[in-house]
Parts: sequence; C-alpha cells; structure tokens
Amino acid sequence: MRRHLLSAADLDLADATLILDTAELIDTALAGREVKKLPTLRGRTVVNLFFEDSTRTRISFELAAKRLSADVINFAAKGSSVSKGESLKDTALTLEAMGADAIVCRHSASGAPHRLAEWVQGSVINAGDGTHEHPTQALLDAYTIRRRLGRLDGVRVAIVGDVLHSRVARSNVVLLDTLGAHVTLVAPPTLLPVGVESWPAEISYDLDAVLPKAEVVMMLRVQQERMNASYFPSVREYSRRYGLDARRMAAMSDEAIVMHPGPMNRGMEIAAEVADSVRSTIVEQVSNGLSVRMAVLYLLLGGASTSEAGVA
Amino acid sequence: MTSAAWLIRGVRPYGEQAVDLLLRDGLIADAGHDLKAVDAQILDAGGLIALPGLVDLHTHLREPGREDAETVETGSRAAALGGYTAVHAMANTDPVADTAGVVEQVWRLGRDAGLVDVAPVGAVTVGLGGTRLAELGAMADSPARVRVFSDDGVCVADPALMRRALEYVKAFDGVIAQHAEEPRLTQNAQMHEGVLSARLGLAGWPSVAEEAIIARDVLLAAHVGSRLHVCHLSTRGSAAILARAKADGIPVTCEVTPHHLLLTDECVTGYDPLFKVNPPLRTAEDVDALRAGLAEGTIDAVATDHAPHAMEDKECEWAMARPGMLGLQQALSVAVEAMICTGLLDWRGLADRMSIRPARIGQLDDHGQPLETGRPANLTLIDPDARTVVTPAELASRARNTPYARRELPARVVATFLRGIPTVLDGKAQR
Repeated sequence: MRRHLLSAADLDLADATLILDTAELIDTALAGREVKKLPTLRGRTVVNLFFEDSTRTRISFELAAKRLSADVINFAAKGSSVSKGESLKDTALTLEAMGADAIVCRHSASGAPHRLAEWVQGSVINAGDGTHEHPTQALLDAYTIRRRLGRLDGVRVAIVGDVLHSRVARSNVVLLDTLGAHVTLVAPPTLLPVGVESWPAEISYDLDAVLPKAEVVMMLRVQQERMNASYFPSVREYSRRYGLDARRMAAMSDEAIVMHPGPMNRGMEIAAEVADSVRSTIVEQVSNGLSVRMAVLYLLLGGASTSEAGVA
Repeated sequence: MTSAAWLIRGVRPYGEQAVDLLLRDGLIADAGHDLKAVDAQILDAGGLIALPGLVDLHTHLREPGREDAETVETGSRAAALGGYTAVHAMANTDPVADTAGVVEQVWRLGRDAGLVDVAPVGAVTVGLGGTRLAELGAMADSPARVRVFSDDGVCVADPALMRRALEYVKAFDGVIAQHAEEPRLTQNAQMHEGVLSARLGLAGWPSVAEEAIIARDVLLAAHVGSRLHVCHLSTRGSAAILARAKADGIPVTCEVTPHHLLLTDECVTGYDPLFKVNPPLRTAEDVDALRAGLAEGTIDAVATDHAPHAMEDKECEWAMARPGMLGLQQALSVAVEAMICTGLLDWRGLADRMSIRPARIGQLDDHGQPLETGRPANLTLIDPDARTVVTPAELASRARNTPYARRELPARVVATFLRGIPTVLDGKAQR
C-alpha cells in the first residue's frame, strides 16, 4: 500500500481487498469483547484535521484511532488558528513538528489532502475533499455490500442522485470498478459532470428502468444549496423522479439492499419507510465505517507489510 | 540621448544571412558586411539570431498595489531578459488603472526603470466594475498615450456596454482587448471543464464560456465597425470563430499565451496551483489548434499574460489560489519549443507574432520594425542552440510562480537593446 490514502484510485485490487479483509479480522477479534480496544497503534499520534463540519466522519475516525490505542488530536478549523487566517501549509508544518504520524483531513477544497501530503512526512488520509473524493466512505460501502451480499465481483450497483457534486460517488465509482462491480449512475443530466462518459460506469436518467436489475441502490444526499440553483425545477419534482419511496422499493429484487452515506434528507431522496426497512444498511454502514477506518489506520501506520514497503 | 555605439558582428537577422549591425544614437545606423566603427563597442554575435525586440500585449506588473509580487522595475527586468523591448501593462492594479493619473504613474515608473517601454493599458470600466465607462479619452490624451483598453481579469460582460466601448474608442483609434469569459458560465470555475475536471472534482470552466463572448464581440465589432482584440485565446472553438471572422473581413485581432501553446489540463492532476490560470489550461486538441492558428496567422500574437503572484497566493489549496503564471522570461523559449522546434514557424514568422504584429496592434511605432538601416535599434539577440533548465529562484520577477520549474527549454536571450542601449548583455540585465 501507498503511504497516503488520497483517492480510491490509490488502491489496486489487492490493496482494497486487504483493507476489507483486515476490517473483517478486526470485527472478528473485537466481537463479544468487553474492552473493544487493540494495542496496535500505541504511541502513535493521529490528527483529525477537519476544515469542514462533519460530526459523523470525525467521530468515526476518532473512535477508530482510539480503539487502536493511538493518541488522537482533534484539530477543527473553527476555534483554531486556521480561523485566524493560518495557511494550510503552516498548519501542516505545525502538525508535522508535533510528530503527527497520520493526518486525517476533511476539507471543502478538492485536492487539499494532496497538497498536505506534499508538506508532511506522515500519512495523509482523505476524509472527504470538496467534490473530489471520500475514499474511506467507498471502502465502508464496499465492506457493507460484501457482508450483505457475500461478494463484490459482478454486483450491480446503482448510484442515484447528485453525482456532479458527490465525493462519495466519485470514490465509489473508482473503487467498485477496481473490485469488479458494475456501476450505473442515475441522475438528472444536470447533476452529472461533463466528462462522466469516461468513467467506468453506465449512465441512466431513468431510475425506474434501473431499479429492477440493481442489487445495490446507493442514494446520494442532495445538498440544500443545490435545491435553488436550477439543477432541477423543484424538490417535489426531484423526489418524484429520483427519490426512493416504498412504491419504487417494491420494484427491487428481493435481496437488493438500499444504502445511503448520510445524513439523509428523509422525504427528499429517500422515504422514511425505505430508510427504516430491512433492505436498508444505513445503520450498518456507520458501524462498518469504524471497522474499515481501523483497518486503514492499521495498515497505513502499524501494519508490518506497510512499514517494510516504505514510502509509496 | 547619445550613447556608446555598438557594433554587433556576424549576427543572423531572423536566422538568415549573417551581417554586422551598427547601432548608434538609438538607431540601426548601418547594416552590412565587415563594418568598421572605431568608437563602437564590439559584440561578437557569431551564431546568434537577431529579432526585433519582442513586444508583449499582455503583462501584469502589479504596481501600484501588489509590489510584493512584482514592480514595474522587476517586471521590466524580466521582460528585457526575455528579449522584450516593450510591454503593455494591464489595468487590474490597485488602484485600477482607470484614470489618466494612474496610467501616467505606471508609464513614468516604466521610463524610470528604463529597461523596456512600458505602455499602460487603460481599464474599460471604472474599477473594472463592468457598469460605467472609465475616462478612456483622458487616458488616451495623457502622456501615457493609452491606445489599448481592457478590463482583463474580468470580462466586459454587458453587451450594451461592450458595444459603447468599441464605438467610443474609435475617436482616438483605440482598441478594446477583451477578456472573454461569460461570468454566469464560470461561477467558481477552477479548471477546464472536461474529463479531468469531472475526475478531480473541480468546478469546470467550459470552453463555451469563452467562445460565446468571442462570437458576440466579433458580431458587435462588425456591427459598429470597430477594432476588437481578443486576449488569451484558449480553445479550438475560439480559434475557429476568429478564423471565420477574419475571413469575413471583420477587424479583429487576437493573442495566445505561451502556456496555452505548451501545457494542458493534465498539469492540474496534482492540484498544484502553479498550474491554475485564467483562462485555464485546456486539452491537447486545443493546444494543437492554437499552434495551427498561430502558424497560419489567424492568431496574431503571442502575449504572455505574465501574472506574478506572492508565494502565499500559490502555496495553498487549489480553490483558494489566485490564477496566473509568470511568462515574460520564458515566453520566447516556450514559443520556440511550440512553434520552431515543431517546424510550424520560422524565425521570421516568430518575429511577426512576437514583435511586429503586437507592436502594430498596440500602436507602438518604435517597435516591431524591420532590422534595417535607419530603424530604431530595438532588438534582441538569441542563441538558438542553447538549452536552459528553468530555476525559479533565478528569475528576475519578484514572484516565483513559473509553471516551467525544472523544465529544460530551448533558446536563450543573450542580449537586448532598447534604442541602441543594451538592457541585457551576456544574459544579464544591465541595470
């Protein structure tokens, strides 16, 4: 594996499979234990560098690092020197000087973790950068699919919604392709990027046509700020054409699952009865996120094979 | 002004037959074989090529306002080292060059530096605000004699205002240089919109945002019978629109930057803002079309869009970085790489696109003149066989934001003469 995890494209099939297998080992090791903690990263320092509000991703990484016995520092842009105008580079050098072994970075600017990786010696993990990528989300989604369906190779996945602005979609398209799944992107044409035809995915504007064949339906969150920017005429029309409600869920095959990276707009892209149905993996995704992030931290920081492999 | 005479021995004008050139009293006093001049300093220019001093239609000198990034003096030095004898200083300074006072200040700073002729460009609208015409006539009548007007950095997007500007400058034979960018199509735009922007998750700057404005402006210029100049063409479609406009006899000229002749959007992959520029780096097909247009002459000029930026404005996240890159010192080498090494232009053609036509568009009568007896001694001497690795720390600009760091480029400027006085000798600035 490489030193950093900046993009799902940094992972080949062997790397991705190793992460998923490691997550499974961690899950097995911790199952039924009273003290859910491993000593693996004792003495290592993990910094959560969050320039964007994200409670769920931050606490997931925080808990993952703590369960591996690492020292964790939460560095939020608000209330820190960053809000006083300190540059990303100065922040990076400061964290470097404090001996951060890994920096988990969430940033509103696409590519910010790439810049960070040029300035620090430690590992940089992209925890979501702008509209670019969110690789650990894709890993936890893949892990969830594998646990539910027993395989990834050949699985038909529909990713539905605001692909244009979604880092979750970008990482999933890349990773699922690496893992052998077949992806169909479903969205109104306004929410697909120019150039999407070069992605390893099929494109459809018609959710009803895609649903019966899909084994996984991954719904994307529609951000509030898109709703009044003429990407679609109205929330109601979007919901009618691209929302997953009970009627549409009935058209899915029996074993098909419904995923959502959260936080959800209930009643918008996903109806409450779908989110709360047995098909829904939404709560599992959260707990799987913890295992997968533990696996990533372990492999980047503590895994014998990585330290031997050295710098990517 | 009297100055020492210079006898340049064995130089090849436009890369053709070697001759001697005698420079005296600001002019080319004689051109021929085995010239003698006892009072002249001798410059042995065997193997060197002489071109008329280069003329840049598009330079950001940052003074007044951002003297931490560049000054008229440091930018002038970079220009002289790049083979230039005249540059047009863009108006987007702070304060904006939208009054006779500011353009005169910039012009005087240029004269004081004495390395190149600095021709200020006047803003089209007050404060580049795009709503009210600046006092174009006052700038034209000032000692700076402004003839090129541009809101460069932003587009004169309002079609009615653009029409009025095109019409108004006819009174003093001015030209509007348009930064073609439809603002509604480029809100928050970060890079060329295409396969790569989709993958990198950066908001796209679509080609059509440039082409739509150029098409509109060409039609406006034809309608009111005014001259239009289009800044930094970047797309294949723009080149096609301008080729068509010229074929139709519309009085339009245009320029392309060195970086749009060499670099592509692939450079953005690592998110290094050194490659962030406006208009953005485009695709290889666009580069090919721009080279072809420049070779055919439907694109008139190479113009640097030299845009110095302080380190902190580039050592940051892509979206937070300012757009623009240094150009003056490497422009000739990049043009040689893109146009001469590829056989698309010869040296005479390059002189036409980098000196003669830009001087004509900017109405700088002393520049872009033939290398012959009686003409102003504005010229540059080039070693065509040298290859140089670009080292940012060695550049004359105050800023360091070159996209060519560590790149090896062909051709080196050995000497530059401004009205017979050497501003550069042996590759070193003389003041």
